[in-house]
Amino acid sequence: MAALPNLEPAFPEILLILAGMAFLLIGVFRGRESTTFTTWASIGAMAVAAWLIHAAHGVPVVTFGGLFAVNAFTAFAKVLTLLGASLALIMINSWSQQSGVARFEIPLLVLFATVGMMLMISANDLIALYVGLELQSLPLYVLAAVNRDNLRSTEAGVKYFVLGALASGLLLYGASMVYGFSGTTTFAGIASATQSGGGHVGVLIGIVFVIAGLSFKVSAVPFHMWTPDVYEGSSTPITAFFSVAPKIAGLALFLRVLVGPFGGMLAEWQQVVIAISLLSMMWGAFAAIVQKNIKRLMAYSSIGHVGYALIGLAVGTVEGARGMLFYMLIYIVMSIGAFACILAMRVDGKAVEDVTDLSGLAKTRPGMAAAMAALMFSMAGIPPLAGIWGKFYIFVAAVNAGLVWLAVVGVLASAVAAYYYLRIVKIMYFDEPGKALDQPAISTAILYGLCSLAMLGLFLVPAPFVNGASIAAKSLFPG
Amino acid sequence: MIVASLAFYLFSFMAIIGALNVIFQRNPVHSVLWLIFTFFNAAGLFVLLGAEFVAMILVVVYVGAVAVLFLFVVMMLDVNVAMLREGFLRYMPVGAVIGIVLLVELAVVMGGWAFAPSAHLLSAAPTPDMAQVSNTQALGALLYTKYVYLFQVSGIILLVAMIGSIVLTLRRRPDSRKQVIADQVARRAEDTLEVVKVQTGQGVAL
Repeated sequence: MAALPNLEPAFPEILLILAGMAFLLIGVFRGRESTTFTTWASIGAMAVAAWLIHAAHGVPVVTFGGLFAVNAFTAFAKVLTLLGASLALIMINSWSQQSGVARFEIPLLVLFATVGMMLMISANDLIALYVGLELQSLPLYVLAAVNRDNLRSTEAGVKYFVLGALASGLLLYGASMVYGFSGTTTFAGIASATQSGGGHVGVLIGIVFVIAGLSFKVSAVPFHMWTPDVYEGSSTPITAFFSVAPKIAGLALFLRVLVGPFGGMLAEWQQVVIAISLLSMMWGAFAAIVQKNIKRLMAYSSIGHVGYALIGLAVGTVEGARGMLFYMLIYIVMSIGAFACILAMRVDGKAVEDVTDLSGLAKTRPGMAAAMAALMFSMAGIPPLAGIWGKFYIFVAAVNAGLVWLAVVGVLASAVAAYYYLRIVKIMYFDEPGKALDQPAISTAILYGLCSLAMLGLFLVPAPFVNGASIAAKSLFPG
Repeated sequence: MIVASLAFYLFSFMAIIGALNVIFQRNPVHSVLWLIFTFFNAAGLFVLLGAEFVAMILVVVYVGAVAVLFLFVVMMLDVNVAMLREGFLRYMPVGAVIGIVLLVELAVVMGGWAFAPSAHLLSAAPTPDMAQVSNTQALGALLYTKYVYLFQVSGIILLVAMIGSIVLTLRRRPDSRKQVIADQVARRAEDTLEVVKVQTGQGVAL
């Protein structure tokens, strides 16, 4: 008889799943008024899970018959995901009280999606990858449409669902090609198969399809079409969640899949990833210029950021992986802060989303304007804020790997992107004030205040975090 | 042996005829009925392959649950075939081109298909000897031991799907009248009846 598999590496996930089911029961029995409870309880469960991950010290273990792996890299990526998800949950809580869409299921869907992301990050097998991805995607589709009496929200949900299903199809098609070639779905098995007879056209097409599926999930060009519509249609804190947690999980998975099982075929997939990264940076920079809606603008901005992070993947070195992880860390904090500011954009109790609604904010709400300006400067990569370090480590990795031109294009794209980030600052500080925004909720104000301060802090002392990312990146590359 | 091959041809042809009818029927209800027919024949093919468990699952789950559910949905939705056809004709050229391109690509890939030299060694779960274990046992032994992780995660995905569909569709209707049996049973004559003495020639003020 088979013995029970070693459950210890999966304790954080098991804890979150059990907690999710328990909160679901509590929510069902206590009804709508339990929304605040389920939110804070979910955040608590995520904190405990993060502590459990930290307590495991990133010791590499593979369990469940080789389907599930943990190491320093997965630990780092999971903690980032949990951080992004719990910050988004704080925003969801204050939003659901303001807008009256309080439903106890929303935090639970976020919780289950987060578990899906953690399973994705830990996946050590193509089937495990797929089930993790679906567990992540399904709650996201529902969350996009959760404001169901709003036409745009339901439209966002349907669009996300249809295109997401298409992407899953692409990914599965690619995975079946890889399976057909190598005869196994485990990452270790695929790695040995591609090393012994790599470069075959079938497995190459398989990889390209897998890359296409994953690019969709992280909204990299040319698979980004859904992003602006979904970001605009969904409620703001849910957009904030979309823009952080799934991206970290998706990029971490991207890194694990391409470096792990397909590591021996770097030369083949490198050009594909370079192309995706290049297009994302350029498109994210140029298409955002004409946007009037700030959530659409943030959507294009996130496409651009994914492009920069993908440079770290394209170089295929430890340094690149380190740069990508550190970039994602900064990106989460920036994004959450910016979305907290957008969440605070309410006039007479109604949410407004136009960039021009921010005009003259420096006079009406100086604190919020300063925080938003700091976050925009950081996104543009202007010192003394942390955004510059994220780009710096990525570009250094590219230069050291001999991809100088990619780094140059990256710098040029960020110069273009700086235009629209700085335009927001200009609108806030130099335009005539419009209608004053409402007093933001305390938790929202704390959130954007802390995030902008964190940008300053990370600029001054990036070293501990870079070291963490470095240890995580090293555990990804064998030998 | 000849019986087996005759059965194979019978089931295969019937499955193909059924599948063609699914797409060519004008009435969607008939399409679903043909779909059920196709499922039965596919189940027959599985039995011929020695995969009796999958065959029974196909009948129980697909015919018993999925297809019948389809039937309900189709009957309730009152699908207008003519309207669907209109869109179909408009999108068909694009769809056909994409389909042909994919087919050609598939042919190119399959034509030059090669397996990794070590593929047979990497095989995840070799087929056990069918004389030793039954089909169901072999599947169960894999599903609940080696792949228990995937099995559990699939369960959670289904749970999330359930939560999601409830979140998106369940509405509390304040104006709907529900039957509360306890209230009905507890109802007493004094609560609802009032005996009024009526003066002759006078009405009753209600």
